[in-house]
Formats: sequence, structure tokens, C-alpha cells
Amino acid sequence: MTRRAPLPAAARAIRSGDRRVLARAISQVEDRDPAAVAISRALFPRTGRAPVIGITGPLGVGKSSLINLLVNRLRALDRTVAVIAVDPSSPFSGGSVLGDRIRFDRSAHDTGVFFRSMASRGEEGGIAAATREVARLMDAAGFDVVLVETVGSGQVDLAIRDVASTRVVVLVPHLGDEVQTLKAGLFEIADVFCVNKSDLPGAELAERDLRELVHLGARSGWTPSVVATSTNPATGIDELWTAIEAHERFLDQSGQRAADERRRVAVEIVERVRARIGDELTARLEREPRLRALVDRVVARELDPESAAERVRRERRAR
Amino acid sequence: MAKSPKATPIRVLIAKPGLDGHDRGAKVVARALRDAGMEVIYAGLRQTPEEIVRAALEEDVDLIGLSILSGAHMALFPKVLNLLKREKAGGIPVFAGGIIPDEDARRLRRAGIRAIFGPGSSLEEIVSTARNLARASA
Repeated sequence: MTRRAPLPAAARAIRSGDRRVLARAISQVEDRDPAAVAISRALFPRTGRAPVIGITGPLGVGKSSLINLLVNRLRALDRTVAVIAVDPSSPFSGGSVLGDRIRFDRSAHDTGVFFRSMASRGEEGGIAAATREVARLMDAAGFDVVLVETVGSGQVDLAIRDVASTRVVVLVPHLGDEVQTLKAGLFEIADVFCVNKSDLPGAELAERDLRELVHLGARSGWTPSVVATSTNPATGIDELWTAIEAHERFLDQSGQRAADERRRVAVEIVERVRARIGDELTARLEREPRLRALVDRVVARELDPESAAERVRRERRAR
Repeated sequence: MAKSPKATPIRVLIAKPGLDGHDRGAKVVARALRDAGMEVIYAGLRQTPEEIVRAALEEDVDLIGLSILSGAHMALFPKVLNLLKREKAGGIPVFAGGIIPDEDARRLRRAGIRAIFGPGSSLEEIVSTARNLARASA
């Protein structure tokens, strides 16, 4: 069993709480450094313990400020926390400004918290390709809870579904009527709705609309809870954490956690195979004369793309 | 030539130590570094040297840029450098910008600040210096 194989030194250091090695390994995962594969593989049997809480919602609803307050709440409960805050990469330069640390006010000396900013590096679903793997490293490093803040650029960052065990969708008053909420795919991913900036006019209406709607959208035995919060001054944060914990408890008691994990793992395996086959095929289409000729025939309109794909697929199976 | 997808972006921390509230310059520099393809962790205003060093280590940055206008640079910059050394991270290059008199700038360079940009520095110069510092330390 690989389980008994000796851990690479870096994996051992991460397990024993070395934050510098953890920080370095996170970069290696992001950079697709081959060294990261061995570390991730060695630590994988020791993951799956920490709940991963996704905080998603549109731009400017207060996700970073809420995370800051949730971290404070968790520290007050003596739980250790790791945060991944994802911001977009520029499609033009590849660069990014990662600004979520600004809202983060933990003492520089609190070793129970680890905060990491992450650029999306071309991924569209509101998190980075590395987010799942990095959350696992943090889990293996012993943090009790992992919080993931999504980009928040589109209507909903759906990819968080494949990473988080509990998803909090953050909204604010006057984002739109309840039809907006219905159409946006929010109900497919929300385990907890958080109406933030609840000191603003219209908050009660938004909260009431959501409460009515969650009953229409109940799925797999869980009705999403609705919590009102504000971050300045802080209200509702205890209730928000209580709602998150209630969902985590539901996952354990209903057996849903195993079902969700199974779905997430299946998605991940397919993604990994697809990426590998895709890379391999892209290279072959450039390299192998016969496949180059096939592409040329499509360009010349002698063959349609679907038929070309079918030929490549049949050939793969024959090999 | 197209940039190889394997090229890994430079990660740089931009922070303002001390108490002055003017972060326009830091933001302009952050944006220029972003446009040059870097990942800029923007830590914002009123950071203590301890917070800056902690952020640099957690974020595993290749480079740190400090911006200051308050005049407290002779107290705060050496403190950042010393904390980095204490954490065995003295290899992370630190550059600075702001209102820093020439005599102070000379002393700070001797203390280990790798480059200092005053008012009127060109963004091109800052970007190319930042890139060279990060690549040299990698």
C-alpha cells in the first residue's frame, strides 16, 4: 500500500505544521511543478477531514469582509482556519491584483490562521484549477476548517460545487427580484443563503423572498437556510456559522456527505483524464502527418469536424 | 513569441507600512505590475512590518514592494528586512517607493533595500527593475 510508503520530506513538514513549506507547496501546485504531484499524492490519504466552506456571490456583496468575520468567529471557538481567496487573472496580461487580504485583520502573530490569495489563471468557474488541491494541502496541514472565496465575477461561480462541502451564496438587497434568483443557478449550489448588508433598506424583503423560494427548490432532503448579516457593524455572523455547521451535520447524518464526495471525485477523475487525453491529442494533431492531413481535410471542407473526431476516436480505441 | 503556458507568473507583495493614508502610488504600481503579467498581492494600508513579513511568507512571494510617504521609512524598512532575515527569508528582494531623501535612500540601500523609486520614476523602469529582481532571486 502507498499509505505506508515514507512521506517525502515536504509532506512530512506540512503535516507537522511548517507554514513555509506549505506556502511553497501551494505555489508548486499552482505552477504545476512536478514536485507537487508527489506531495499531493503522499498527503491524500490524510485529507477529507476538514470541511471546505465555499463563499460565493456576485462582485461587491461583501464576501471578503464576511470571511474576515467568520475567521474571527472560528478563532473565538478555538478552531484553526485556512483561507483561499480567488481573484481573476487578466485574460490579456495573465497578471492580477489580489486584493482580498485588505479586509483581513488577524493579528500577525495568530498561527491558527493561514491566508492565501490565488489568481484564477484562466479558469472560468470562479476558482482556480489549483484550488481543490490547495484546499487538500491545507486539510493535511491540520487546519480545522478551509474557507474558499470565489472570484464573484459572473452570476454564480459554479465550480465551487466541485470543491466545497458547504456552499454559502452571498447576496445583498436590490440585486433583482426573485425571478433573478430563480434563473441564476443559485439554487443548484446554495446550501446557505446569506443576505449581507442587511442594514440597507430592502433587506427584509430580499430575505422574505428567499425564504419562500428555498422551499420551492428543496433537494436531497436539505432546505437551504437563509441568514441575514452585516459586516459593519458585525451582525448575524454567529448565525451564519451556526447555519454552516447545521449543513455539515446534515451531511454526516443523512449520508449525503459520502454521496457528494463520490460525485466530486468522479468529476475530478473525468476532468483529469480529459485534460490528459486533450493534451496528448493536441500534440499528436501537430506532430503526426496522418492526423495533420485529417485537420487539413477539415480546413478544406472535405470532411466535417464531427466525422474527423469520430475517426480519431475509433483509432484511439483500436490502439 | 507567445508566452509559454508553463511560464509561472512572478508573485509580488505590495504593502504600505506605517500610518499615512495615501495609496495612490502603490495602486498605480500594482496595476503596472499586473499589466506586466505579475500576480500582485495588494496588502493595503497601515501594515505593520510583522504583518508584511507574514503576508510575504504565506503568499510565497518572489518580491516585496513597500510604499511610504510618512517619513517613517528609516524605522520601518530596516525592521521589515530584519524580520525577513530572522525568518530565514532574507533572500526575498525588497524594493521601495515614496518620498525618501537621497541620504536616507543611500543608507537604506546599504541596509539591503534593493531599489528605491522617488516621485517621477517611470513605470517602465519600476516594472523592469521588479522583474529583474524577482528573476535574479528565483
